[in-house]
Amino acid sequence: MELMSQLGDGFAVALTWQNLALALMGCFLGTIMGALPGLGPSNGVAILIPLAFTLGLGATPSLILLTSVYYGAMYGGRISSILLNIPGDEPAMMTCLDGYPMAQKGRAGEALALSGVASFVGAFFATWGLVLLAPQLVKVALLFGPAEYFALFALAFATLGGISSTNQAKSAFAAALGLGLAMIGVDTQTGVPRFTFGEVHLYDGIDFLVAIVGLFALSEVFIFLEHRGTERDISNRPRMEIGRIVPSWSMIRSCIPTMGRTTVLGFVAGVLPGAGASLGSFISYSMEKRLVDREKTFGTGDPRGVAAPETGNNAAAGGALVPMLALGVPGSGTTAVLLAVLLALNITPGPLLFTQNPDVVWGLIAALFIGNFMLLAMNIPMVGLFTRVLLVPPRILMPIVAMISFVGIYGISGSSFDLMVMVGFGVMGWVLRKLDVPLVPIILGTLLGNEMEVNFRRAVNIADGDYSVLLSSPLTIILWTIAVVGFVLPIFVGGILRRRMRMTKDSEGSTVD
Amino acid sequence: MSDRIFGGIGLILAIFFAWQASVIQESFLSDAVGPKVFPYVIAAVMTLASLYFLLKPDPEPSWPRMGHLAEIGLAAAVMFAYAQVLPELGFVISTAVAAAYLTWRLGSPPLQSVIIGVSTSVGIYVIFRLLLGLSLARGPFGF
Repeated sequence: MELMSQLGDGFAVALTWQNLALALMGCFLGTIMGALPGLGPSNGVAILIPLAFTLGLGATPSLILLTSVYYGAMYGGRISSILLNIPGDEPAMMTCLDGYPMAQKGRAGEALALSGVASFVGAFFATWGLVLLAPQLVKVALLFGPAEYFALFALAFATLGGISSTNQAKSAFAAALGLGLAMIGVDTQTGVPRFTFGEVHLYDGIDFLVAIVGLFALSEVFIFLEHRGTERDISNRPRMEIGRIVPSWSMIRSCIPTMGRTTVLGFVAGVLPGAGASLGSFISYSMEKRLVDREKTFGTGDPRGVAAPETGNNAAAGGALVPMLALGVPGSGTTAVLLAVLLALNITPGPLLFTQNPDVVWGLIAALFIGNFMLLAMNIPMVGLFTRVLLVPPRILMPIVAMISFVGIYGISGSSFDLMVMVGFGVMGWVLRKLDVPLVPIILGTLLGNEMEVNFRRAVNIADGDYSVLLSSPLTIILWTIAVVGFVLPIFVGGILRRRMRMTKDSEGSTVD
Repeated sequence: MSDRIFGGIGLILAIFFAWQASVIQESFLSDAVGPKVFPYVIAAVMTLASLYFLLKPDPEPSWPRMGHLAEIGLAAAVMFAYAQVLPELGFVISTAVAAAYLTWRLGSPPLQSVIIGVSTSVGIYVIFRLLLGLSLARGPFGF
């Protein structure tokens, strides 16, 4: 019952005019960003963080705005999957398989509406899962000392490459690079400058927002420049007729068991480290195909094949918020970016968040519930509006993205130096993406580097310089074991999984979910 | 080959990082661990990963042809220049030029590019400066 009263308080926070307006704006912008190929949830949130920050929004309003964008982008990703056969973001990849054939049969409107309902079901129940599971995880997390936290951070990095990662060495390199970048600046414990080369601008360290916006948003602009005029240019694909938008009740009913199963599956995939929404939608689709595809209709426009991945990826999006809020350790790219929001607002995520800032947590959760209903309303009757957004060609869109990125970063610091660092990160992001080096560990490294080092040093200092303290308690041993298994496992099973996902994916998606 | 070069660069970076860590001035108030240990650990991870790229490189990525590569270089140069002139020329002028350049290179016809550039710049100015009250760079004309 305590839970219900906390949730009630949350609704009291979320139900102000300002927060409702922000949630509405976030859902709307998020759906657009999800729908536009090339602007995934992480890019969308990354561009908007500095803006929310410079607008002087408080902690709760900023979080409401940005998580609404996150949920919205998860909804929106399906629109271009269905209409153009191009996933709007990586988790929406699996929706192409049955969504596009449905659209080719003139049932695009039904596919859009059904996937809207499926997204709602997945996201709505996953938010309930978040309400129930996060406080339990907090209880566990309160037992954590510095050594356990250090192990937890290591676990996050080890598993972040994900089960589908091809080259774990590249994930490790990316993590080291991010951590190395975090070391730049004045050491928090002794006050000595590190890696600053006497450059005053570097004494405060590199602002992680600069790194995030550069790596995600600007590198995307470079990718578009590279692909222009080649067969991967997406500006000249045929357009689809929408058809009727209201799905028949019998169609929805036939998908209810599918939605039920994939909600659970997606949520679990979201909570587990290293899985995330892409994997959530992938395993949801594969499992449903095994279970219910008796007439071999999957892949030819089966409504259940649309419902399964959409429910799965939205449930995973909710699930991924659990470790981010309860432990302060995100399991996916976009939640890493959301963690940046918290850090930028000087809020330390993790177990203490629930006791020290309950208004932030429960306000956010209430806003997610409200946002879900807004998104359902937006995505069924108004879906035609969003399909029109897809008509904006990238040649106009991408410069706008670049310029808004500059506006946001300049608004925070007002320094040309930061803008140049950001362009540098953009170029670096492009090169690293070409080399198949994941960007998310870099981001997570710059975000968590200092916190990780602080816990490392605190643990050893308490033990008077005895490094064995890092592996002394049972909890640390468990965490390190999971970390090692999580790092080694993909080397063996990753190839198989990756190949299966590749078979369904002809064009390169945006950054990892 | 790309991965080998990348591994080489990574190795140099790791060595440079470790060297820079070794020259950190330790203060007399240091804790038991000190400011150098964690950077050393990072450098070690980076070294191992780079050695792996050198020994077992992935298949070659499809690099764009010279023309597209130059395209990306030029776009980055324009963005660098944008960062430099922003405080001098003010937001509206610099943004119009930069946005016009980018949209032109992404395939808009020249005249249309100018229009798109100016509308992008003015549009952002109206939304973010006039409606939302964000502080943008002021040039000699106050915008």
